[in-house]
Amino acid sequence: MDAILALINQNVAPAFGAYWPAVSTTLWTLIKIVCIVGPLMGAVAYLTLAERKILAWMHVRVGPNRVGPMGLLQPIADGVKLLLKEIVFPSRANTGLYLLGPIMAIAPALAAWAVIPFTDTLVLANIDAGVLYLLAVSSLGVYGVIIAGWASNSKYSFLGAMRAAGQMVSYEVSMGMALIVVLMVSGSLNLSAIVEAQRGNAWFFSWNWLPLLPMFVVYLISGVAETNRAPFDVVEGESEIVAGHMVEYSGMSFALFFLAEYANMWLIAAMTSTFFLGGWLSPVPFLPDGFGWFALKCCFIIFLFLWFRATFPRYRYDQIMRLGWKVFVPLCLGWILVVGLWMLSPLNIWK
Amino acid sequence: MTMDFQTVLFYVFSAVLVLAALRVITARNPVHAVLFLVLAFFNAAGLWMLLHAEFLAIMLVMVYVGAVMVLFLFVVMMLDINIERLRQGFWSYLPLGAVVGLIMVGEMGLILGGSYFGLESLPAAAAPEAGFSNTKALGRLLFTDYVYPFELASVILLVALIAAVVLTLRQRKDNKAMNPRLQVRVKAADRFRIVKMAAEVEAPVVANEAAPAAGQEGSKA
Repeated sequence: MDAILALINQNVAPAFGAYWPAVSTTLWTLIKIVCIVGPLMGAVAYLTLAERKILAWMHVRVGPNRVGPMGLLQPIADGVKLLLKEIVFPSRANTGLYLLGPIMAIAPALAAWAVIPFTDTLVLANIDAGVLYLLAVSSLGVYGVIIAGWASNSKYSFLGAMRAAGQMVSYEVSMGMALIVVLMVSGSLNLSAIVEAQRGNAWFFSWNWLPLLPMFVVYLISGVAETNRAPFDVVEGESEIVAGHMVEYSGMSFALFFLAEYANMWLIAAMTSTFFLGGWLSPVPFLPDGFGWFALKCCFIIFLFLWFRATFPRYRYDQIMRLGWKVFVPLCLGWILVVGLWMLSPLNIWK
Repeated sequence: MTMDFQTVLFYVFSAVLVLAALRVITARNPVHAVLFLVLAFFNAAGLWMLLHAEFLAIMLVMVYVGAVMVLFLFVVMMLDINIERLRQGFWSYLPLGAVVGLIMVGEMGLILGGSYFGLESLPAAAAPEAGFSNTKALGRLLFTDYVYPFELASVILLVALIAAVVLTLRQRKDNKAMNPRLQVRVKAADRFRIVKMAAEVEAPVVANEAAPAAGQEGSKA
């Protein structure tokens, strides 16, 4: 490795002259981004298989088992199929925006990973306003939905987009409010600092999930609603509105929406693990901290997503809105007060 | 002339910002105009980020792009705007608008480039030290020195929020909406009653020759 670096410094650097520091920083950052996005897309692909396998297991079926051993090549077959399909443009669709929609859907889901800390040192950008960045970037995903629904020039798409956008905007509010409580007890907007603040001597009981249990539940359920997953998947409720804003999309443009949904699930899982389940911290003192714990916690949250899908019947749209605005928001506001008083009292456990 | 990377970024952001702002007022389709406004906000956030104002930059994206412009898009997409009618009288208003615009540009030029107030007469901001957090500094100022104006502003916003809800909250007579609270609270016992019945009933024992006749009568009834 050192030899390669020396070789690059000798032979490539002089060609760029004074620009070399900027160029090398850019290249190095790009390499790191590829190292995050590559495995992430692999995880997204295999999440689709895991979902079908786990749902099948819960339904006492076999699930995909034809492509490769135990169906392990199924996501690749699906990907190739979608790549080879034609992208159909509806007549009088707004071509530019029609193509922009899926891109706007998946880009924020990937960009948000810049600040997620995998371990205490393994993070792309360890910025002070990490939580704000996450909130800002994840609030952009709604544009993909709205643009896609409008540009498709179809009533079904538009209705689906309106529903999805309303739902995503509403649940962002309760997610943000749940995070306010986390910020209060951590005293920082930096994600690594938030994880470090959860380190305690009560094993995994000192993580935020137990002292802030109501907020953990609110955050998890809001996360399910934010990603438009069952039981809040009225966006693509098969029984009423077909596939929502994606109804006119085919081939790879549809696949981008699909990937965005699953990438968002991973993102919500990573955020929940970071904020409430102690990130990379080990649950017991006699085992070392590490990336493995973080991955395990993410997988657990993902499993919950799939479990919910197999268990609960779909909500009606007005019930979804009621849950977000009339149950979660007042609950969060009340809990902010409770935790505030708790922190002022002598019983404060966050010193 | 060598430009460092930040200067290059500054010109990229500024160029896209100016172009996007121009397209906001020249785009024929109002939805396109709103999306160009979003692009303009993004680039303004990028400029602020270059000035080390990361809190303001992220807030601009979060509040304006993430919330305000989404609602704008909602409204603009729902409306059937006749752009031709909006453009009527464009040329008659143009001279007045141009004069106002030119005055504003001139004033900004005086402030930013003049020999009395220009940027040269202001000392350059000290470079922040390594551990400096813009967000923390702003938070400290807002919640200590400026806590009363801050709280006042939030109360005014709250009043506006409640006023907006109250203005739109009216019960219409033809409203068939159901109260979800009642639906959620409903229990199975409210809707049907389970009657206890014996699983099997002994058939009445009758004489052998009477049985077929009784069966026929039963089927007729």
